[in-house]
Formats: sequence, C-alpha cells, structure tokens
Amino acid sequence: MKQATAKVTGEICRKFGNDRTRMMDIVLEVQARFGCVSPDAMEEIARALGTHRVEVESVVTFYAFLSVKPQGRVVIRLCSDIVDWMKGYEEVAVAMAKELGVTMGETTADGAITLTRTPCIGMSDQAPAALIDDVVVTHLTPDRARQLVRDLRRHLDPHQLVTMVGDGNNAHPLVRSMVRNNIRHRGAVLFADFVPGSGLRRALELGPEGVIREMKESRLRGRGGAGFPAGMKWEMARNAPGERRYILCNADEGEPGTFKDRVLLTERTDLLLEGMAIAGYAAGNATGIIYLRGEYRYLLPFLTNAIEQRRERGLLGRNLLGRKDFNFDVRIQLGAGAYICGEETALISSCEGLRGDPRNRPPFPPQHGYLGCPTIVNNVETFCCASRILVEGAPWFAAMGSSRTTGTKVLSISGDCRKPGVYEVPFGITARELIEMAEADNAGSMLIGGPCRRMIGPERFEGRICYDDLATGGAIMIFNRARNKLEIAEHYLDFFIEESCGHCTPCRVGLILLKKAVHKVVAGAGEPSDLAGMRDLSNFIIRTSRCGLGQAAPNPVLGALENFGDLYSGLVTERKPGLLPEFDLSKAVVDAELRAGRQSKYV
Amino acid sequence: MSRVTFTIDGKTATAEQGQTILKAAEAAGVYIPRLCACKDLVPHGSCRVCSVRVNGRIQAACVQIVTEGAIVENESDEIREYRRNIIDMLFVEGNHFCMFCEKSGHCELQALAYRFGIAAPRYRYLYPKREIDLSHPDVYLDHNRCILCGRCVRASQDLDHKNVFQFVERGCRKRLQVDGEALAATDLRVTDEAVASCPVGALMRKRVGYAVPVGRRPYDEIPIGKDIESPGEE
Amino acid sequence: MSSKARIATVSLAGCFGCHMSILDIDQRILQLADLVEFDRSPINDYKDFQGRCAVGIVEGGCCNEENVHVLERFRRQCDVLVSLGDCAINGGIPAMRNNIPLRECLEDAYLKSPGVYNPAGTVPNDPELPLLLNRLYPCHEVVRIDHFIPGCPPPADAIWDALVGLLTGKPVAPVYNRLKYD
Repeated sequence: MKQATAKVTGEICRKFGNDRTRMMDIVLEVQARFGCVSPDAMEEIARALGTHRVEVESVVTFYAFLSVKPQGRVVIRLCSDIVDWMKGYEEVAVAMAKELGVTMGETTADGAITLTRTPCIGMSDQAPAALIDDVVVTHLTPDRARQLVRDLRRHLDPHQLVTMVGDGNNAHPLVRSMVRNNIRHRGAVLFADFVPGSGLRRALELGPEGVIREMKESRLRGRGGAGFPAGMKWEMARNAPGERRYILCNADEGEPGTFKDRVLLTERTDLLLEGMAIAGYAAGNATGIIYLRGEYRYLLPFLTNAIEQRRERGLLGRNLLGRKDFNFDVRIQLGAGAYICGEETALISSCEGLRGDPRNRPPFPPQHGYLGCPTIVNNVETFCCASRILVEGAPWFAAMGSSRTTGTKVLSISGDCRKPGVYEVPFGITARELIEMAEADNAGSMLIGGPCRRMIGPERFEGRICYDDLATGGAIMIFNRARNKLEIAEHYLDFFIEESCGHCTPCRVGLILLKKAVHKVVAGAGEPSDLAGMRDLSNFIIRTSRCGLGQAAPNPVLGALENFGDLYSGLVTERKPGLLPEFDLSKAVVDAELRAGRQSKYV
Repeated sequence: MSRVTFTIDGKTATAEQGQTILKAAEAAGVYIPRLCACKDLVPHGSCRVCSVRVNGRIQAACVQIVTEGAIVENESDEIREYRRNIIDMLFVEGNHFCMFCEKSGHCELQALAYRFGIAAPRYRYLYPKREIDLSHPDVYLDHNRCILCGRCVRASQDLDHKNVFQFVERGCRKRLQVDGEALAATDLRVTDEAVASCPVGALMRKRVGYAVPVGRRPYDEIPIGKDIESPGEE
Repeated sequence: MSSKARIATVSLAGCFGCHMSILDIDQRILQLADLVEFDRSPINDYKDFQGRCAVGIVEGGCCNEENVHVLERFRRQCDVLVSLGDCAINGGIPAMRNNIPLRECLEDAYLKSPGVYNPAGTVPNDPELPLLLNRLYPCHEVVRIDHFIPGCPPPADAIWDALVGLLTGKPVAPVYNRLKYD
C-alpha cells in the first residue's frame, strides 16, 4: 500500500516536471486519486520535489478541499452561505445527513460518502446548491437531496446525477452541468457580439504603447472590487524591469453572492482569453495563468478545450495572428477552496504552489509578482472589458457609466427576489433600480459587494453602483424586511474567521474576540459599553491587518452597528451588581453535579 | 548612496535608501516595539506590534520602506492603544503562565507587556488546548507559548540552512509544525539559531532554566528597547 | 464602627502566597493599620463581613461553586474590588486543568496517578465539599473587577503602591520594576 502510494505519487510529480511551483496541481491530483494527501504521499512529494514534508503539509492543510486524513470516495459539499440558508439549506442538510446516517463533517461507515459544508460556491441564484466532487447540483429540496443520496449510493458516480443540463454552454459536452446562466439583462459591453481575434488585431495595429494608451483613456477600473485603473497597472508591469512577465486572471470569485464570472467563463470565454492575450501583448514577453477556483473545477475540461481551440486558430500559443515574436499562452491553475486566494498576492502565492498567504506590499505585483516577475492580476470581467475596448475604442467605453466609473458592470443578484441572476448594467444605476429589476418586494437591506462591505438599509437605496458610492465586485444580495440582520452579520463573521490565513495577529485573534463580543451582546449579556468595544475592536482590526480580508472582515458587524444600530442597542442593558450575566454558574457546575450526584447549593 | 529624510514623532532623521522604517528609526535612536522582527531575519510583518502611522496610514514598520519626507507616528495614543491590543491578544490566544515559565524575565512578549504597563489583558483568555513536544534530547517545544511569529521558521531556513519548522493549517487553527513526527525526528540541534530565535518560551533549551537569578534577568530592571533609545547606558 | 476605610481580603483558588506578600510590606503594616481597618480576612480570621468595605482584595480565581459565592459576596460588599496576583487574573497553576475534562482530572488525581493509594477506588464526594467548576475562571470572568495587581506573588511594593493609591483616591501607574508576572 505504502509503496503503491509512493509509486503513483511519484508519477504525478514527474508529470509536473517535479516542479516545486506546481505543488498545487500535484497535491490536487494526489487528493483526487487517493481521497487524501496522506503523510506517506507528502513524504514522497517532498522527496520528488526536493523539499521538506512539512512544506507539503503546510500547503495541504491550508486548503479546504485538500485533506491529510482519508475522506469518502465521494465528497458532498453542501453550500452553507446565508442565501442557501434562506432557501432551505437546513432542511436539505438534515435530509441528507439522515439519509446518509452521518452528521455534518462525517463519512459513512463504509467509507463511501463524506458530507460536509462549504462557503458560497457561486450558485446563489440557484440555491440551495452543493458540490458533489466536482459536479454541481442546484435547487435542492429535502426530497431531491434524499433521492440524490440514494442514487449516489448505488453508483458512486456524481456525473450520473446530472439528468437535465442548463442553458448555453452548460449544455456543452465538456461541461454537462445542470447549472443555469440566468442572464437577465444584457448590456453593451460584455454580452454584445464579439468576433474572436478582432480585439487582438486592433491591439497589434496600436502597438503595446497604443494598447496601454487606449486602456488608460477608457478609464477601465479593475472589476474585482478594488477598482484599480487597469491601464495604469498594465503600464507599470510593462515598464518594470525583468525578462518575463505574467498575466494572471483572477477567476477565484469567492466573495459570497458572486457568480457572474462563472457565466462569463462559459459564455464569454473568447472575450476573456483575448483580453489576456491583449494584456500579454501590452506587457511584452508574457505568459498567462487563469486561477480557477476549486469550486469551478467542473469548467476545467471546457476551458482547456477553449484554450486549445484558440491555439489552433492562431489566437494563443506561438506567433499569434502570424506575428513573429508574439507568443502568448495560457495555463489554468486550479484552486482548492480558499477565499483568501482571491486577494491578488495570495493568488500569486497559490499559483507558485505555496499556501495562499497574502504577501507584504510593496513590492506590488506589477513590479514583483509571480515568481518575482512583473505580473498583471485582473479579474475575469476586466479582461473581457479590455477586449471590447480594443474593438470599439476607448471613447465608446468611457461614454458609458457614471462620471468617475466608466463602462458597465456585470452583477450577480441573489437573495429575496423573484429574478436572481446575472445583470449587465451601466455604472451609476441605483440600488433601488436593481431591486425593481430583480423584482424584490419588501427589500429591507442589501449587501452590495458581498459581506466584505457594510450592509445598507432603505435610506441608502438611492445610492449608485460605482466605485465612489456603492462599490461592488459584482455581488448584490437582497434581504427582505423579515430577515435577521444580526444573524447575517454573525454568519459572515464566522465566514471570515474560517477563511483568515492566520498570518497577522489582528485578524487571527481579533476576529475570534469580536465574535465573542458579538455573541455576548446577542445572548443578552451585554451592556452599552460593549457596543463601543465592538466598534473599537472592529476599527482596530481594519486598520492594523495586513490584507484586504482583515481590513474587511469586521464589516458585517460594523454595518449592523452603523446602519441598524438599534438592533444591537436594544439587546444591551446596564449591568447590575453581582455576578456577570455572561457567567452561568449552573452551566459551570453541570459536570460536577453529574459526577457527584448532587445539586449545587448556590444555583 | 543618497539618503532619505523623514520625521518620526516630529523628530527629523535620515535613512538609507530602501531601509525599513523599523531599522531607520532604530538608527535614529527610536525604538519601535516588535516581536516577529528580529535581527538577521527577513521581515515577516505578522505580529503587527510595530504598527506605525505613516503619512496617515497604519503600516507595519518592519516591512514598510521609508520614503522621502515620510511622516511617521510611533508614540501617539492611537498607536499605543493598537500595540497594547496586539500584546493583549497574544497573551489571551495562548496559555502563557509566566509564574513557572523558564523564559520569564527573558521573554520579549512579557517585556513588551511590562513596557506598556499592562496589569491584565482586557480580553478573556481563550485557554486553547495545545501540545508540548518533549521528544528532543536537548530542546523542547511548548505550543502553549507559541505566538506564531515565525522567527524559528525563518532562522532554521535562512541561518541554519535547514527546514525544521513551518506553519500548517490556517486562521485560528494555524500552528507551528516540525518536519517529522516530532522534534526528535528532525535535524534540529540545540546550537541552532532557530532555538535561540524564539522570543517567548515556546522553543527552549532543556536543563538550563532559571539560571539567572530574579532581579538580574534582562528585563527585570531595564525595559525592552532601552538599548536602542539610549545606547551604552547599560 | 470607626471612620477608617475598611478592607477585606480572601484567598479563593490560590496558595496564600499573595497574602504572604501583603505581609511583606513589613513595618508599613503599621502605617496600613492607621489607614484602614481589616474586615473579613484571613489576617484576622473574620469569616464574614462586618460592614461595607472600601476595598476588597481577592487572591486566586474560581475553581468551585463556593469561590463563586464568596466572590459574588465580595463584589456586593466592596466599593472597589482588586484581583491580586496571577491566579486571580489568569487562573495561574489551577488553570492548567482548563483543557482537561473534569472527570479526567478527578480520575487522574484520585485513581490513576502513579503513587495513588486508594483501595476503595472512590473520588471524594462529601456533601461539605464544594462542587468543582468545569474549569478555572479568572475573577473578572465572574464579577466586575476594578483593579489588577499581577505577580506570583505581586511584589509587596506593588501592593503597597496600589493600596495607598486606591485608599487616597489617587491610583498610580505601576512602577516598571514592580509590575511582574512571576
């Protein structure tokens, strides 16, 4: 057994050239092959790659989809995002667990099926959803969940669970998924017609400097959420010293409530790959990598094929469009379940086969990125926009949107509405207009930009979607008036705790302490000064954390405090003398009472 | 090489191009408290004790490069408050029982708490369950006291040219792990820089505890950082 | 009752080392006697409060139900409550059991440890024995604490400084070499 593991593992390592920087691919393949990356396998990987076992372990234990201990032959990951809860997660979870005879996180006694949960898998418009290995199942009900489990038990082949396929390329033979696109509104940029090669041709006419000029004139800002001007980023990478450059596409849309990149990946594949090639041309002597979140592994064959097809058509690979010395190729790097990898420096770490720890900045990626080379990291949508800007010209693009945020934005709308799905709208649209488009009656609050932003109430619904007002990477979650906003805040605080890399103290420890503070208030044991304490602690975490995760993680709590403050303040009272309300003697003595067979005389 | 001019707490100083704020301040006789930063090691930027306000933004001085005209705040109430918060958090995150720890009096975490006049942390202790690795003949590893500063990780790699330590897991489950079943199975030697690099009592030499009498230990009378603030006074 | 400020002291899950350190203020104990009158305290062996106190000094954390009861009583009877020493502040040695289930603690102590002679195989359970808590609780997790003096034990000078400060209404920041955690 041990020898067999070593042999297969060794072969996998060789397949990736025993290259230390391909560690992610190696451990993912070992995981797929054996259902875990065992200590023996880690030993063998370390030997083959010329590193240490603890280095391999450090990577394996970082990612949620990798495990040191064996898992079932099939792993069911039920999506437990708040939207899934709103659509019946709990009933589905109970039904599945009961049918399997396990509790959440356990494997069936025969070692066949593991049931676990996972944060947002990018299916909020068709929740509750789950990943069964890499097969997506959507619109779950308790009945469907039970049937799925029964079927799965029979054949242990998740692909057989797909009986109906979705629209568009979800029906493509290389995808064959029940996922639906739910494209509700097509705008002028992303969902307009596009002739593959047209953007690249224009780029070659303009020359690299011309491309950058065009990009800058378009005033395109990064679509991932931070909104850094794309043209400026490209220029920095072009001007940075170094032989090789890298174009990284961030397809790790992990922000809960975001799923628009999933649709762009299958329906606008050419737009993306062309945008990357244009960036590669502008940067000079570049190679592309698409960092595809592990949750979208089901798109891997389709995307690999799309890349291959573009190579055949001279749109990727060597001598693009017949131009000598213009080589640009793309590989796909699969992630393995880590929200933090959406942060650009963490994404780079992960691409290099390391833990997805963010890095200290400066240096910034355009100067010193992947493998130390100048690197452009942009969101899927940003590259797609670039292709269209090259075809239609910067003035066309800059004429759309609001004064300081040009173009359109693809939004993922989910939650309490009748029309969840993908909407391409011009920047500057109001939250109220989105509520109407999505047919959300009774909307009481929204998370615009997902949980990394602060929840807003109706008094902010006239605000506009743009970087200077209501900024978003694409997530729009709508909650009706009856939803418990404090529960939502706690849910997402837990999410950030789970997804923190643990590098810096304020985020690693501070979030746990914040959770305790929130819990105390919600449990009715808080006093008014605790609310001030929660605010101070939140601001401390935001200001002193190294990366965007820590700088955003207290936002669910701060949003509730700032915009729905009376919800918390209604729970706190001035403390009475005597025992603290959070100390419960009856709970503290329960073990001893059981053991001694007598009751505490002080309770 | 040209030098850059900056101010720290209103005092003007110059620094080498490319120098970190922490080192530039040190050269100017200003102590910026730190835990994960350590002489001869690549900065880590993890403990955040060295947080300063630079041109309006909070930055970790150990990784931030000083720029021309930078205005650095190191001694403001706000910064003191943040640092105190971090020290408190490190105390409650682990199980730090100073009363019997051999590192007491030599411990940088404890010394910082003394310097900041902390009588008790403002947060509740988390009392985590952690392991102690006593397998090695000359060194022990007490995870109860580990503050995840990564000094041993870097010292082992960069100074000892080994790879005895690394972090595993993530978030609040993140912990130090050794390259083998236990410390005894690694190539760690008691003389390794990694052992000496631990700022707290996590990585300790065996059989040499309590050698210095109370009152004569490094931080008994002299606050940590005093050597930087007034060199030669000891 | 005299007009002097009254102080009370108690040792909960502690070793009385902090109380020894109070006595270590040496001849200043005479000055203290001028300033205060001792209410409930092991020093005079009063078992319960004689009246309301200005300052209550608590050594040790709470390891059993009786500790909690006594601490609550201190909180109600004292204007200012002081956690004295590491055990009151962070649990100290008794908190080393905080990760071990109570059952395991008792079985190890009374049944399994090498050298245990316990032919009856019983764990003491006299009704007079206070029930143990599931873990050790520092005092400020049970009641509000106003002031902390760390140390194992706290230096006598630190206790003196703090007491004089509290009694004269002029609390002072601890002197560097009198703030100790060991």
